[in-house]
Amino acid sequence: MIRFDNVSKVYPKQTRPALRDVSLEVERGEFVFLVGSSGSGKSTFLRLILREERTSQGQVHVLGKDLARLSNWKVPQMRRQLGTVFQDFRLLPNKTVAENVAFAQEVIGKSRGEIRKSVPQVLDLVGLGGKEDRMPGELSGGEQQRVAIARAFVNRPKLLIADEPTGNLDPQTSVGIMKLLDRINRTGTTVLMATHDQNIVDQMRKRVIELEKGRLVRDQARGVYGYQH
Amino acid sequence: MRAQFVLSEIGVGLRRNLTMTFAVVVSVALSLALFGGSLLMSDQVNTMKGYWYDKVNVSIFLCNKSDAESDPHCARGAVTSDQKKQIVADLDKMSVVQKVTYESSDQAYKHYKEQFGDSPLASSLTPDQMQESYRIKLKDPEKYQVIATAFDGRDGVQSVQDQKGILDNLFGLLNGMNWAARAVMAMMLVVALMLIVNTVRVSAFSRRRETGIMRLVGASGFYIQAPFIAEAAVAGLIGGGVACGFLLIARYFIIDHGLALSQKLNLINFIGWDAVLTKLPLILATSLLMPALAAFFALRKYLKV
Repeated sequence: MIRFDNVSKVYPKQTRPALRDVSLEVERGEFVFLVGSSGSGKSTFLRLILREERTSQGQVHVLGKDLARLSNWKVPQMRRQLGTVFQDFRLLPNKTVAENVAFAQEVIGKSRGEIRKSVPQVLDLVGLGGKEDRMPGELSGGEQQRVAIARAFVNRPKLLIADEPTGNLDPQTSVGIMKLLDRINRTGTTVLMATHDQNIVDQMRKRVIELEKGRLVRDQARGVYGYQH
Repeated sequence: MRAQFVLSEIGVGLRRNLTMTFAVVVSVALSLALFGGSLLMSDQVNTMKGYWYDKVNVSIFLCNKSDAESDPHCARGAVTSDQKKQIVADLDKMSVVQKVTYESSDQAYKHYKEQFGDSPLASSLTPDQMQESYRIKLKDPEKYQVIATAFDGRDGVQSVQDQKGILDNLFGLLNGMNWAARAVMAMMLVVALMLIVNTVRVSAFSRRRETGIMRLVGASGFYIQAPFIAEAAVAGLIGGGVACGFLLIARYFIIDHGLALSQKLNLINFIGWDAVLTKLPLILATSLLMPALAAFFALRKYLKV
């Protein structure tokens, strides 16, 4: 699903690499936590997978494709098979909940009939049935993140990437979001989640990958957070 | 891509940026009106050339007795009938000549009297002082030089004059004005293009949230750029429409009504409506394509995947 082979990344005008010689593999259907302090290279790791950046050395394979050999105009095609969720939700404030989710389908040219069918379905799945016509501003943080997850999942991606999805939420709400991500994982979708949330990592007991100063320092099945603030 | 979705996005974009859109419309309208104006000006000059060149002659003035005394060109005396026969024979052999008419000194005197009868100079003139001349109509009025080289300086010939030379001064002036208009147009066009580029950038910046999300969910580059390009094209097309309006109104008021030059200057053949109408598609196409291209290049840097 994801494979890093000796990947290094040095940003222009910086001497210290953001990632150094990282190799790992994530299999289909896994649930993986990516942990590490700020500046450890987590964001770079995710940006490489989304191909917002290219590697300086080594290769990244996502969904069986070598991203270095993927031409620019094929990148959108690749991204359609990924879902992404962020700490700041990234919803369109002037569109309703249903329109926000539908946006992900409109943009890739799905028909109106398909959109009308799949949007209520996915909103039910994330527990927002009946709130289709609300505006994002009227919803709580947890609910907004559920909308974002619905949008990420509506095209049934094989891989869901979550960058600190619970970073702005209180612990109780975070548990709800984690249950939702777990349920999505059980449908067969691979989930890769970057997080700082110790409790969540310790409770879920999933595979943990830890980065420190750009190096892969731990790759542990059924791991704990293990990082002291 | 659904048309309704795209159209509503374009409308939102143009309204959000209303002052800038207005600036784009005005600058495109002005530059294209100048563009059209200069095209019509060249048409007008060509029409006038066609009309006037048809009427101009090259004149070969012959020496008379008084010239023989005063004019160095005629130092070898007044023209003889042999010389005249030779000139006519030579003119007949030249392929550029269409028609030759002879004007005797009496005829010249009569024409002069008709034109300048009241002037004090006219009353002191006698037919003897007038020159005989050959009026030559050329097949191609540009070929004046052929006649000049053949006859200038020949015995009995005082001078070879090209009436076209006088007209050329006028046309030169009109052409100069035309080039000035083109220079202004080029600068306006640059201003219009920079405004478009800027407008598109502001527009892209104010919607970076949407475009960021579009990229996230895998929208193609074209899908992300299309609304911005369409926005620029729509604003440009409105400007082009205004420019077309300007030209039609200008033709109406300058030539037919208002200034009504066609009634005041009946010696000039003015361009018709067809000349104006044939320019309009070109102007509209330019107003659509130019901003669209400008937007496309402005966005290449801005909305990278």
